Amino acid sequence: METKLPIVGADASGGKGSPKGRQITQAKMSTVEIVSDPGEGAQKCAQIFGAISAKMGNGVWTVEIIPAEIQPPPRLPAGASGNRIRIGSVPVTNWGDRSKVVVALNDQVLLARHRLDALEDDAIVLIENMWKDHTDEDIRQQWVDAMEEVSDRNYRIIEIPMEEECLKIVDNPRRGKNMWVLGLLCYLYDRDLELAAAQIADTFRKKAQEITDRNVELLNAGFSWAAENLGFGFEVRPIGDDRPHVVMNGNEALAMGAVASGMDLAAMYPITPATSVSHHLGEEFLKFGGLLHQAEDEIAAAGVAIGASWSGKCAFTITSGPGLALKTEFIGLAIMTEIPLVVVDVQRGGPSTGLPTKVEQSDLLAALYGQPGDAPRVVIAPATIEECFYSMITARKIAEAFRTVVMVLSDANLATGVSPFPRPELDPSWVAAPPDLSPIPEGLRPYDWDPQTGLSRRFIPGSPGGMHTLTGLAHDEGSKVAYDSEINQRASAMRSRKLAVFQSTLKPPSVNGPEEGDMLVVGWGSTKGAIEEAVEEAREEGLSVSNLHLTFLSPLEPGLKEIFSRFKKVVTIEINYSDEPDDPYITPENRRLGQLAWLLRAHILVDVDCWTRVLGEPLRPGAILNAIREKMPEGGVS
Amino acid sequence: MSSACSLLHLAEADDREFKMGDYEAAVARWCPGCGDHSVLTAVQRLLTEEQLKPEDTVFVSGIGCSSRFPHYMKTYGFHGTHGRALPISTGIKLNRPDLEVFAVMGDGDCVSIGAGHWVHAIRYNIDMVALLLDNNIYGLTKMQTSPTTPQGQKSNTQPQGSWLPPMNPLSVTLGVTNASFVAQTVEWVPSHLFATLKEAFHHKGFSFVRILQRCPAYLPKLFEDAITDPERIELLVHPDGVEAKDLEGVYKDRVYHDPTDIDAARRFAEDQSKVRIGVYFRDESRPRYEETRHLPTLTAEEKLSVLDQEFDRYAV
Ligand SMILES: Cc1ncc(C[n+]2csc(CCOP(=O)(O)OP(=O)(O)O)c2C)c(N)n1
Ligand code: SF4
Ligand SMILES: [Mg+2]
Repeated sequence: METKLPIVGADASGGKGSPKGRQITQAKMSTVEIVSDPGEGAQKCAQIFGAISAKMGNGVWTVEIIPAEIQPPPRLPAGASGNRIRIGSVPVTNWGDRSKVVVALNDQVLLARHRLDALEDDAIVLIENMWKDHTDEDIRQQWVDAMEEVSDRNYRIIEIPMEEECLKIVDNPRRGKNMWVLGLLCYLYDRDLELAAAQIADTFRKKAQEITDRNVELLNAGFSWAAENLGFGFEVRPIGDDRPHVVMNGNEALAMGAVASGMDLAAMYPITPATSVSHHLGEEFLKFGGLLHQAEDEIAAAGVAIGASWSGKCAFTITSGPGLALKTEFIGLAIMTEIPLVVVDVQRGGPSTGLPTKVEQSDLLAALYGQPGDAPRVVIAPATIEECFYSMITARKIAEAFRTVVMVLSDANLATGVSPFPRPELDPSWVAAPPDLSPIPEGLRPYDWDPQTGLSRRFIPGSPGGMHTLTGLAHDEGSKVAYDSEINQRASAMRSRKLAVFQSTLKPPSVNGPEEGDMLVVGWGSTKGAIEEAVEEAREEGLSVSNLHLTFLSPLEPGLKEIFSRFKKVVTIEINYSDEPDDPYITPENRRLGQLAWLLRAHILVDVDCWTRVLGEPLRPGAILNAIREKMPEGGVS
Repeated sequence: MSSACSLLHLAEADDREFKMGDYEAAVARWCPGCGDHSVLTAVQRLLTEEQLKPEDTVFVSGIGCSSRFPHYMKTYGFHGTHGRALPISTGIKLNRPDLEVFAVMGDGDCVSIGAGHWVHAIRYNIDMVALLLDNNIYGLTKMQTSPTTPQGQKSNTQPQGSWLPPMNPLSVTLGVTNASFVAQTVEWVPSHLFATLKEAFHHKGFSFVRILQRCPAYLPKLFEDAITDPERIELLVHPDGVEAKDLEGVYKDRVYHDPTDIDAARRFAEDQSKVRIGVYFRDESRPRYEETRHLPTLTAEEKLSVLDQEFDRYAV
């Protein structure tokens, strides 16, 4: 089929082998995308493909391609919807750079990906051909224009009669084509068809059996068609890690982590990309006896969580940028009154409504310093989907042990990325103990700060003898309103001291790569996988570069000054805005930096540089690699 | 709200007997003659009469003169942020349905900055008591217009007089779907105040009580008419509301009002020709939000074994 269909600028002569003896390319990693109009099921196809790949022992990272418009008309670049799946014979930690294979259900969604530079120069494009000879002249013309537009690349375009083939099985191929495509991909990547059929059955388990049967029929048909017509394929070997794994996205991991931590009250107000945490929790809590409270707004959500936490087990609230802004006053109250509270911020682009579905790491300083007044709190940032799970357990423990607010900074990249990780071995010590309502010993006060550590016992309503009134006003050890200057100084010191005490329990972070060298790249949060991939690549090029990734942003992990001193240059890489040094009016003095760079400079007194981007997408390892090359100290570029 | 025994401790017989003084904490520091003093006394009397355990009782407030209330109660207290007493109370009740929760709010607190929470708290209908101490002015911040300030009343922010007609907290409350208890009383008639609080406490659901409260510091003349002229007051009386038999001699204007009749309640609330006190509306059959809260009963081990099964769904 492919040899018959050469397209302007495309190289269709690559597949040499016969359909039976096909040409197999071995790959350590391979990235494939499926794009369609919304509602055509590209995401379902991709999810199943990802799940099968994980089951076959590959590293997998799946990320959604979300349409720019909510209900776009069909055949519009802005409506491109689907998934990118990156599979590997090593663990896959990020979405990669550009895709090698793309299945496009029309020419316009292909254009969308092309325009975003999402496809490799020699990508294999498997495209539905029904539009080419469509009865509507406009559509035929759009096809021609689209092919013209993409012809500046060396794509290998293969037109495929998907509609025609699916019509042999179903009346309305709009529903079902996705499973046919799944079959095709299973052939290309040598996926186990039985596994695929089982996965389909699981996906449609709530529907009638005939739905599963028809989808499996489509799967098989797509597979056979590919076997007869496509003379190539990819081999991506399993990792060889036979520990049991689970596969989920970062929001599901946060929800499961919350349950494992023993927290059983979450209060929230819907906001992308945090909302799906609450969808999972809503379901989970039904099984565990917890409650997901959808409040009237984010302020109320924070208030409900605080009221719940104060009166018993630590509760939490989940939000994203605009919601975090609304919670500001309440977070200050929780810090002032030393109520344990976990606040999860699944970051999106900002400020204001910003980029609701897209990733950014622009809330770091707001998370650290968002409260008027001095309001020390702990801030942690999971770097992987697995860490999303564990971060909730850690956050709950710290919040209760230190009577403080713990902010967990995830982001849209983790929230929507799907990847396997070793199945957690559940530990009862993770689960919060029931609140201690034993009588309060005579003379003990609600803020009997240990003068060394600032720690004190929580008084929980219900404990006889502990009656007191909590207040957000300045107060003394007895929770009595105190405008006395000496008391305010002491109380501030006590709330602050807890951070130092907590920091003393942390280990210095480890350096990925040599312990000294020309450049150290420092990152935080979801960029870890992409940064490590780029840094390792840079080292293969001969550059002397290592990286370090921070999980704790407040307090900062110890030992940074000493580590930094072993490198000629320190650069942060982040998904937030910073001025480019050579932009108009920008000077070293007025240059606004990446948020971690500000923080490190302030704390460590090192001249930290930064490279940051706010492109509304996760960082690509290739782009980071370029940045590393550029930022190498003089003489470093090889 | 009705008194629930504590589920979590003191299962053995508790033979303590609480006196008024057991509920008194610091000396209240409101202005002399401030109506908040009378409310405090009435509430302490209620707790004494109901023998509420101090450790199982919580007063939550926002910010304002009236919100100092919890500091003067020897129970647990939460003096929160301006306007947010209700979300905090909601969180407490959701996590600890065994606690008795009272929210105390000023008119700025409840009707202005906290208005969104107020409307939703009415709808949630959580079993607690909400007191609106309505002095028609911002006291703590020194005489700014409040949403309930009478039209024409001068203040520091509207020296020409308040522009708009005041908001009516009763008709707002009665307009919210799922309202379950709405009453009005005045702090200068202690027996009515006490009887109303008692009804509110015994109602199962969100009991909203608007208490007209004097602020001699900023609006010394505000309720003068109603205080000096008994004809300005009309009592809504009913066996399921406040009967106020002791007040027969003082207030002649008595209307027999069945609190299940929401249309009549709304008419009474709307008509401003009299200061009408008593229980306007009451319906215990309304759904209560806390009934959706399933308190976890699993041990850590049981919980994790359920979670482990959940992981099967994600297993590869
Ligand atoms: C977010 C916020 N805004 C404003 C204030 C200032 N403030 C404190 S109390 C108050 C109004 C008090 O009036 P009201 O609620 O009627 O209570 P009262 O003092 O009359 O009892 C204001 C505006 C504050 N504490 N917090
Ligand atoms: S200012 Fe008014 S409300 Fe405040 S304490 Fe004084 S009299 Fe009471
Ligand atoms: Mg007031």
